This record gives sequence, structure tokens and C-alpha cells, in this order.
Amino acid sequence: MRFIDEYRDAKTAEQYAHAIAHITTRPWNIMEVCGGQTHAIVKFGVDELLPGEITLIHGPGCPVCVTPVELVDKAIEIAALPGVIFCSFGDMLRVPGTEKDLLAVKAGGGDIRIVYSPLDALAVARDHPTKQVVFFAVGFETTAPANAMAVHQARRQRVANFSMLVSHVLVPPAMETILASPRCQVQGFLAAGHVCTVMGYTEYEPLTRKYRVPIVVTGFEPVDILQGVYMCVRQLEEGRAEVENQYGRSVRREGNRLAQQLMVEVFRIIPRRWRGVGEIPQSGLGLSDRYTEFDAEKRFGMAKTVTEEPAECISGEILQGVKKPCECPAFAMHCSPEHPLGATMVSSEGACAAYYRYRRLRQAETIQPGRI
Amino acid sequence: MEQKQLGINCPIPISDYPNILLAHGSGGKLMHQLIQKMFLLAFQNPKLEARHDGAIINLGGAKLAFTTDSYVVRPLFFPGGDIGTLAVNGTVNDLAMCGASPLYLSAGFILEEGLPMETLWRVVQSMQRAAERAHVELVTGDTKVVDKGKGDGLFINTSGVGLIKHGLSIAPASVQPGDAVLLNGDVGRHGMAIMAVREGLAFESTIESDSAAVSDLVMALLDAGVEVHCLRDLTRGGLASALVEIAEASGLHVHVHENAIPVREDVQGACEILGYDPLYVANEGRFVTFVPASAAELALAILRSHPLGAGACVIGSVNENPACMVTMTSKIGTHRIVDMLSGDQLPRIC
Repeated sequence: MRFIDEYRDAKTAEQYAHAIAHITTRPWNIMEVCGGQTHAIVKFGVDELLPGEITLIHGPGCPVCVTPVELVDKAIEIAALPGVIFCSFGDMLRVPGTEKDLLAVKAGGGDIRIVYSPLDALAVARDHPTKQVVFFAVGFETTAPANAMAVHQARRQRVANFSMLVSHVLVPPAMETILASPRCQVQGFLAAGHVCTVMGYTEYEPLTRKYRVPIVVTGFEPVDILQGVYMCVRQLEEGRAEVENQYGRSVRREGNRLAQQLMVEVFRIIPRRWRGVGEIPQSGLGLSDRYTEFDAEKRFGMAKTVTEEPAECISGEILQGVKKPCECPAFAMHCSPEHPLGATMVSSEGACAAYYRYRRLRQAETIQPGRI
Repeated sequence: MEQKQLGINCPIPISDYPNILLAHGSGGKLMHQLIQKMFLLAFQNPKLEARHDGAIINLGGAKLAFTTDSYVVRPLFFPGGDIGTLAVNGTVNDLAMCGASPLYLSAGFILEEGLPMETLWRVVQSMQRAAERAHVELVTGDTKVVDKGKGDGLFINTSGVGLIKHGLSIAPASVQPGDAVLLNGDVGRHGMAIMAVREGLAFESTIESDSAAVSDLVMALLDAGVEVHCLRDLTRGGLASALVEIAEASGLHVHVHENAIPVREDVQGACEILGYDPLYVANEGRFVTFVPASAAELALAILRSHPLGAGACVIGSVNENPACMVTMTSKIGTHRIVDMLSGDQLPRIC
């Protein structure tokens, strides 16, 4: 399949692996920001191809993982109300709140529907005028334009029974938080290709200058990631710190202007708590004043709460790249995808879930690669 | 017979899952936990504990396979089949996976008040055609009607009986190190066909379910004297879950090669869009066969000579260690484990 096969080609991957090994003279820590990249790295074993000097650190770019518990709790509370149809992307349903998850609300009779687009949720609202239809708007800059479009259309079409529980987060402030931390070990970034498809990459240019860190906008297939690592290592070895674009087939420097305009109209930038990390200033999106009537938190009178996370869970350190999943004493012991302690174990893009699914007990040397 | 004492407390603690979730029926870990902790505990006997697609029963000198399955698919009609074809083919395939030649089926219909008679007739007609194709007779049945809103139009349960004519023990316990793992064609079609219709996803081409009775293929292997060690159809949970089940039940290591597993381009594309892995997507006409490496070539030739096995291929092999585990050589040549999912695959956010 075009745009898939050539980016999963063993020979090309090997060539990039050789090229990386050829230019690497000392250890480097590179963080892939996006959970989609983490999933691909672990699923395809991309890091196995890298020289020992290169360490990939898994970043905070899984929207499911970083959604704070209190918002999941609010979602659960709203979804359980009579007369509410609660619409969400599929992978939010399994995220544990304080007491349960949305799947449990569904099992208890809550009308919870998986949608593939926020516009589908809007259609549900139009079809059920006597119900309150709430969409759980989660994600980074990638999903923000479509969510903005749903609210924009709801207003234009006067769909009064539609609202949104917004939990949007922004990537650059999270990267800056990591870079500013005294514990920061990241020397280079693979930036999230799809976030940059929307936003472009001018926002990252000040970061490269301020922190002297190379940032390579990177795609999601194994060869993309290897090429991204190659470009990042080359900068590090040459002492450069610039923004480079590996994902040229999708990303332009200025991004998608139309999408950005819609986001600016519908959302405003607010401080946001990140699960496992804490509050990061200017790192979230909330509905702007013009659209506040569509804010589900206001419509259902949700109180402002802050929920403590299980002390045992080290997802915060994992999201910041300080620790790897297998360094957690709870990993694969009493924390598993069936009983996650923290969100990095829930989503398939979470670093812990990816390690659990593809890495648990596995070490390449114990595998006897069978012959065909 | 000694009376069994079941404890008063539910064996699946309230703290874990006080209610049934959809995931308890998805073929993943939660379903296995339910079977293990509740059903096996309550009904324990050696035939059930074999945890095969059907029970093997010796009766009056004959060796029979006996199985049952319920069908609750939505929508009732989809490209490549309908609930009727599934109800016949699924149970026929369960018998075939025991190495049995399917003979007789029962059918229980649970009908929702208001179901159009014409809909039921269409389903019945396709069951008749499917039974004819699979050389089975539908010899007994039952009909119940539930109040409107208490069913999803139509549920069907079928049970089946088949005759085992060979002396082989076809089960995970018979799998040996060195065995080759054969697959009869591309994977992921049924699940994605249903998904596309259910969710109104339009792709360039219509993905058709692979629903089919594979008993003729299995009989061809057995009639040719191929030493079949294990068979497993790749329904809920897909290829990956079936391989994990066999690795765990046999205590052996199954290694497969991602490049060797055929996935059609339209199925791959649909999976990429939704963030699904085709290895976990349900099939209704696909199965894996474990045979000694020396018999792999013959088995492959036999499978390929049949239209339902035209795309047959060897996807991997069996080793001793690491025990109870499935591993895979990925497309880029690295290695990883293949695990069973806890529940359904859920579409990703982005």
C-alpha cells in the first residue's frame, strides 16, 4: 500500500540504521513527543535498530494519558446523568477515573457512544433534540480544528442541545516544561508530525534558540522515525540546534492557516493540568467567551475539583522521560491494561501500555526467530 | 455423582468487575477470565477443560464433536454475508476445528417483536444455502419472541454435531516444537466489513466479509493423511488472540513473520484510519493449521487447491522457548511479542 509499505521497508530501515550508526560518536538522548510515535517505535522495534549510544525517551504526547483525572471524573458524572448522550473517541472510554471508567457507566445504562468525528456527535444532537448531547473534546492541536468546527457549526445551526467537555492540550508549552526542568535529559526532539500539520513549526523555532536543542518534525512510520532520528543526531553531532522538517509530505512551515483561524475563533489559551505532570501555564485550550454556552462544565454546573493521583504511579516521570516503564515497581505487577494505575497504561499510545503489549518479558536474545 | 459446592461469593470479585462489560464478550483477556473463573469453575469436567472450539465425545463407538455458538451481529446484513450465513458457517467451522466432519445443526431463533417477516425469511434462506454448501442438515430448532426493545431484531444460536473419522488428537496439546503454522488466506476482512457498515465509513471499495465454511478444506487435509496437530479459527480477537491461546495452552513458543501474513490493501487502509491492528480483527472464514514442518508443503498445496485456501501461506513456526508466548518478526526485521488484548480494539483519537 502506497505511503505505508515504503515507510515500513526493512531494507530502507536498515540503511537509515547504518547511516545513524555511522554519524554517531557519543551518547544522545532524543525524545519523541507524540504517543503515536512511541507506539510505532515499540510496535515495530525501531529502537532495536539504533546504535547503543542513542536513547529514545518517550514524551508526553498521548492525549488520553495526559487528560487529568478530574476531567475524566467529570465526564463520568455527566455521562451518567439521565437524558444525556455522551459521545467520545473510543480510547477515552477505558481511562480510569477515581472510581470507574466510562465503559462502566455504559454497562450501568449510560448512553455512551463512540464517534469518529466531533461532527458525528453534532449529528447525534440534531437527531435527538430532546437529549443533551455532550462531546468529550480531547487531544492536542491535531484534533482541535475538527472540534472547533463542531462547536462553530452548532452555533451557526443553533443546535442548543450540544455541548463540549473540553480537555485540549498544547505541545510547545509541555516541551518547554521538560526543557526547563533541572532533571531534563532530553538533548533533541522528534516533534509530532500531525500537530505540526495543523500548527506548522514556527512555534518551535524560539525553543531551539533558547534551549539550544534540535527539533525535527517527524512522521509516524518506522522509516519516518529513523529518518527523524538521523536528522536529529546529525544536528547534535554538528553542534546545530534548528527546526528541521522530516515530514514534508504533510507539514508546511506555516501549517494549516484555515484550521488555525478556526481554533483562534472558538478556543482561548488557558492553563491546564496534565495528568502526571501537574499544571502547565498556557498549555490548554478552553472555549472562548463567544462559545461559552457550549461549555459542558458550565451547562452541567461541574465544580472545580482537583483529584490526587495514586502515589505509586510514576506516569509523571515517564511522561517527562525521566524513567522508563519497566523501572516502575508496579509495571506488569499490579498495573496492567486491565487494571491501570495511571493513564500511560491505558491508551495504546501510552508508553506503559506499549511496553506491556510489545515488550513485557521479551528480550530479543531469548527469542528463537523461527524459520519459514 | 458427587455434588459440587459452589461458594456463595461470585468468583469474579465485585472490586474487579461488578457488571458485565462488552469486553467480556470480545475474545480477549476479560472473556478468558470470565470463562476460567466462572464457567469452568461451575461446570468443571475434562471435556470442557480442553477448552477447544467444541467438545469431543465418545458415544457408542463413534467419536463426535459437539459445539454451540450464538450470533448477535449488527447490522444483520453486511457485504459478504448476514447473520444467517454466520450462524451456519461459524458452527460448522467450530466442528471443523475439532477435525470433525459436520453433520447436523440446531437453530434457536430469538426474535424481537416487530421484526419484518421478510427480514427473517431472507436470513432463513441464506441459512438454507449455507447449510447446503457445508453439507449439513438443520434438524431441530426453537423459536422465541421477546418484547420490542428487548432484543436487537434477531439473535440466533446454533449447535452442531460432527463425526470424527480419524485417530488424530487435534488440540493445542498436540502442537510440537518444529511445527509449521499455516494460514488459509488474508486476515481482517470480516471485522472491517462489519465496522465499515456499522459506522458508515465509506472506503473506495466495499470490504466484503470472508464468511465461509472451511470444513471442506479441513477434510481435504485429513483425507490426504496430513498429520494435523492443531486447528483454530480466527474469529473474535483475530489471528493474534488465536495464536496466543494456542501458545498458552500448548506451553510452547509460536513465532510468526509479519511480512508473511496477508492483509488486503483495503482492509489495511481501513485499519490504518481507525488505528486498528488487522491481526486482532475478526475473521469468519480463516483458520490456522499446525502441522509438522515435513508436512507443510503438502498441506499448503492441498489448501491452495481449494478456493477458500487460494491465499494459503506459512506464517511461522513453533519453538520451545520462550514458553507460552507468541513473538513476531516485524516488517522492519525487529522482534516483539504478540499479546492478547484485554477487550475490544478501540478507535484512536488521532
